[in-house]
Amino acid sequence: MTRQGKTNCKMVHLTINNAPVDVAEGTTILNAARQVGIRIPTLCHVERLKPVGACRICVVELDGVQNLAAACSMPVSEGLCVRTHSQRVREARRLVVELLLSEHDGQCQTCERREDCELQALSAELGVREVSYEGERTRRRLDSSTPALFRDSGKCIKCRRCVSVCSELQHVGALAAQGRGFETTIGPAFNRDLSSVACVQCGQCAAVCPVGAITERDQVDELWAAIDDPSKHVIVQTAPAIRAALGECFGYEPGTLVTGKMVAALRRLGVDAVFDTNFAADLTIMEEGSELLARLKRQLLDNQPGPLPLLTSCSPGWILYMEHFHADFLPHLSSCKSPQQMFGAVAKSYYAQQQGLRPEQVFVASIMPCTAKKYECQRPEMTSSGSQDVDVVLTTRELGKMIRAAGVEFHELPDESMDDPLGRSSGAADIFATTGGVCEAALRTVHEIVTGQPLPAENLHLTAVSGLSGIKEAALTIQGALPAWSFLEGVTVQVAVAHGLDNARQVLEQVRRGEKSYHFIEVMTCPGGCIGGAGQPRFTDDRVRQARMAAIYREDEGKSVRKSHENTAIQQLYQDFLGEPLGPRAHELLHTRYAPRDTLGKSESG
Amino acid sequence: MGTADPGSLCQQSTFEELLGQLDDVLLDYAKVPGALIPVLQIAQTLFGYLPEEALRRISRALDKPYSEVAGVVGFYSFFTTVPRGRVMVRVCLGTACYVRGGKEVLAGLKNLLGVEVGETTPDRAFSLDVGRCFGACGLAPVIMIDDDVHQGVRPAQLSRLLEPYRQGAAADGSARRDQDS
Ligand code: SF4
Ligand code: SF4
Ligand code: SF4
Ligand code: FES
Repeated sequence: MTRQGKTNCKMVHLTINNAPVDVAEGTTILNAARQVGIRIPTLCHVERLKPVGACRICVVELDGVQNLAAACSMPVSEGLCVRTHSQRVREARRLVVELLLSEHDGQCQTCERREDCELQALSAELGVREVSYEGERTRRRLDSSTPALFRDSGKCIKCRRCVSVCSELQHVGALAAQGRGFETTIGPAFNRDLSSVACVQCGQCAAVCPVGAITERDQVDELWAAIDDPSKHVIVQTAPAIRAALGECFGYEPGTLVTGKMVAALRRLGVDAVFDTNFAADLTIMEEGSELLARLKRQLLDNQPGPLPLLTSCSPGWILYMEHFHADFLPHLSSCKSPQQMFGAVAKSYYAQQQGLRPEQVFVASIMPCTAKKYECQRPEMTSSGSQDVDVVLTTRELGKMIRAAGVEFHELPDESMDDPLGRSSGAADIFATTGGVCEAALRTVHEIVTGQPLPAENLHLTAVSGLSGIKEAALTIQGALPAWSFLEGVTVQVAVAHGLDNARQVLEQVRRGEKSYHFIEVMTCPGGCIGGAGQPRFTDDRVRQARMAAIYREDEGKSVRKSHENTAIQQLYQDFLGEPLGPRAHELLHTRYAPRDTLGKSESG
Repeated sequence: MGTADPGSLCQQSTFEELLGQLDDVLLDYAKVPGALIPVLQIAQTLFGYLPEEALRRISRALDKPYSEVAGVVGFYSFFTTVPRGRVMVRVCLGTACYVRGGKEVLAGLKNLLGVEVGETTPDRAFSLDVGRCFGACGLAPVIMIDDDVHQGVRPAQLSRLLEPYRQGAAADGSARRDQDS
């Protein structure tokens, strides 16, 4: 996948703003400039995706060349002399921004993006003082048709980043340029609402949008209202990825763990209990691990279709993607609900019972790195407790806003710990936040169930499936199986891990064509997994993903319990309430089903 | 018009057949780079317009996102997703025609047919469109009905002008659509 080793790469010498620099052949001017500490502004460019070369904000001046060149797509060449910020360049960029502003229909003071708007930042950086063009404004059309996202075409600057991520990274292709000329809009087919096309609600479009044209649906007020309602017992679950990113909303470096302060902040907001989605992640491992073993048994011992590979089901964007585009693989999806939904179902049954509350008195709020979770909690199947199991989902960014609105000085907060029992978790649950983590967590437990021995890996880490490569594989040969699992003795369990839906699609296609065969495939919708979720503080690039990922592994290693089956709160839950993994009660509360959907977005049955 | 019932039945089966023909075309083009525009042209010739089901099949067969296919359809004014009427009425809005009553003629046609520019009457008899200069400015305002140029048109004449075409359109029925392809 990666380019060949650096040693046989040809090096190119050039000067950027009088500084000499050597870079590998094929590097873009944009990346070469970074090496000498110069940031060239970009709008249409998205890291790792094909350059679009549409916005012209990244232009630079080349000695001996008449026209300005687009740094994001222009490769370096020997002896090149580049000026990245000459007066001519600055003026060309200012012109681009002035034109964008002349069409822009938005009000910064009230805009969702007022704090991290790239258009505003560019305008400041380039010293735009007035817009000398009186342009016609972009037509404003609001789309609040989906549970996860909100679109405002008036603010769209047509950079097409959303188009690139939706089609290249996610292979969904819900967005494209529609119409032509000044009337061009970026959106779903024939300018329909997003809910009427096959969109998986992943929000990666909103994560890369430089302005306020696509954002998550803001549900902060719904949580405030529940907190202010004395008849509600408000509990919050926090996904594992939040603790490694929330700090960025308050100026901490990416990768700073703020678990304790996050808990303290939530208490200051006035919620009744602070719990952990990690608890439910441990529960997921118990169920999904058992499901994997049951399917292995069916396939290897009873010679019936498992069916294998078992595909993970924690990521709601991935579920929608499967329902829309790969219905033939639906039987392979684990029937386990995502940890968020397992948490909601357990909170409104087991926990409510413990507290002497009726399910409808408990209000479950989730803090998620994800926009698709806003959609997921509204799926009609997610009502095992009798009503909606999770009431409202806020992104990491929304929580950041709430904390600030409450006047809480985040830096000053002490470290506090989660409440019992739904706040207790293992390190295996922490790593759910990163690509490869669910797979590693599952194998930590499955291997121990089968052999009685811990996973034979340094520090329990399955390094082959960690990191940011798009598709990763590992193989684990079972040795010393206990008598009950003797059919697994000597079996090599093959696993694959993919993040970003296009990578997942590639793995599926290989399986479909019979080129690859796996027992277990982990898929996360967002690049990097939940740490790179669309609800995380902006702007998430690979450097930020790496930092958050490292923090997650640190959190795992800092725990005394690092395997899901050793979480005593989980053991208690099975003993007192659920019975056995995959048992009838577990089935009723923790498992779900899927249905094919039309590739255009309408439900096939409806 | 009274043809709606048998007409729609007949169109139903034709539509299925046309989809079959489209599928055959798509087999040939599935792996050809840059096939989208030629395929859309073929589809439009087949159906007379681009129905959603056809676009959907094209998107699937060429492995292009539906949004992108829609984007291309919207980019070229040549493509239309509205079924075209059996008779095409176009009003010249070139400068000469515009100042000499073209605007009033257009308003009269909209009123008479009950459609806006770019639309088709519900019985699919007429489509209304505008154009820029048909090269007959001497006797403005000018309208074109199918391939016939009518000059010096007055709003009051419109109904009488359309009448022969209206009869033709009813008699032709879907036969004409087949000829077109
Ligand atoms: S998108 Fe940016 S420039 Fe536009 S209104 Fe919002 S903050 Fe202001
Ligand atoms: S939410 Fe995901 S699938 Fe939907 S338009 Fe945005 S990027 Fe595409
Ligand atoms: S919605 Fe945002 S990302 Fe998409 S084209 Fe418009 S400004 Fe760019
Ligand atoms: S960032 Fe280079 S052209 Fe847009």
